[in-house]
Amino acid sequence: MALVFAGLCGHGPGFTGRAELADPEPRDALYAGFERLRLALEDAKPDALVVVAAEHFANFFMDNMPAFAIGMADSYEGPIEDPDWLKIEPTSVPGNKDLSRRIVSAVMQDVDVAYAEEWKFDHGIAVPLHFLTPRYDLPVVPANINCQGPPLPPLHRCWAFGEALRRVIDAVPERIALLGTGGISHWPATPDSGKINEAWDREFLERVLNHRRDELLAYTDEDVYRDAGQGGFEMRTYVAVAGATQGAEGELWFYEPIPVFAVGATIAAMNLG
Amino acid sequence: MSLYYVQKLLYQLNRDPHVRKRYDSELDELLTEYDLTAEEIQAIKALDLGLLYVIGVNGQILMHFSALHGIAWPDYIEALRQGLKKYGPVREGVYAETGYQGIAAHDEALRARRAATSQGKT
Ligand SMILES: [Fe+2]
Repeated sequence: MALVFAGLCGHGPGFTGRAELADPEPRDALYAGFERLRLALEDAKPDALVVVAAEHFANFFMDNMPAFAIGMADSYEGPIEDPDWLKIEPTSVPGNKDLSRRIVSAVMQDVDVAYAEEWKFDHGIAVPLHFLTPRYDLPVVPANINCQGPPLPPLHRCWAFGEALRRVIDAVPERIALLGTGGISHWPATPDSGKINEAWDREFLERVLNHRRDELLAYTDEDVYRDAGQGGFEMRTYVAVAGATQGAEGELWFYEPIPVFAVGATIAAMNLG
Repeated sequence: MSLYYVQKLLYQLNRDPHVRKRYDSELDELLTEYDLTAEEIQAIKALDLGLLYVIGVNGQILMHFSALHGIAWPDYIEALRQGLKKYGPVREGVYAETGYQGIAAHDEALRARRAATSQGKT
């Protein structure tokens, strides 16, 4: 039927796992941002949520690394992380195999996407779902862009992946919500964890929210690595959502560096009109 | 150097309860199934996160491995710092040391900025 919702958010494992270590003021503001996004998602009455994620070696590894992958199952397990560490209990999240199959088949017309009938969530999807679908009652279609193990798919392909997703979302009878989730500049899981390039993040978000395609595709991996760290490669998820939402007006709902969460925590939405 | 296999072992361990069981009950046999150097085996057996980091293990894999052992976040970060001190810079993979003031100083600066902004508003 249509794309009924498009949002962007971070997925730092610290959002849930290290809550008590964070400065309460920005932390609670982030949680309020997630709550606003949850209400907007519910208001859109979606039949399914397509999550464009940047998983962290929960399913895909350098033995056979897909540039793009889409889950094709009726349920997904996760998160894989220790529940005492992530503070999210492992659970089963509903999928929609039939919808996935239609999405995969259509996306393949434009982008060679891998499909996976088994998929374990990690914090990259589990943290956003914890805030946005806390009852795990909305079927999820996970989509992944390799943002971790270089060589990584070029940005123009991520944009094309977003465009391909949009074409099929517009064609299926279901009401579809789309979520892109990644950290922007960050140096996660390293001794520099907590470092954040706020100026870079804000400039990047401007380009995403205004769908400035040429300026987005102009970033090189070398630029991103230097200015935004290896974690910045997850920008790909935002580029895909920008490609999927051309013509919509983007709005930044929340951005605040929270060092113990390792990112400038971000919440944004595309006004689909 | 067989960074690929060190990461492969930790990747499988992080996601697969069956590998986890074998890691607990028959570690030596499990390790023979991967092409590892003596130093890599030592690092895994001693849970030397600092050395694993210096060898080049991706932090996303290492972080999950650390969580599996119930290691708290600040202790994990400190282990990596100690590794760099003891073994030198990261040898392979995606990491370079970039320099960072640390979370406490960073939090302090952000709080000061928020205070200045809210004062400007009133
Ligand atoms: Fe991530």
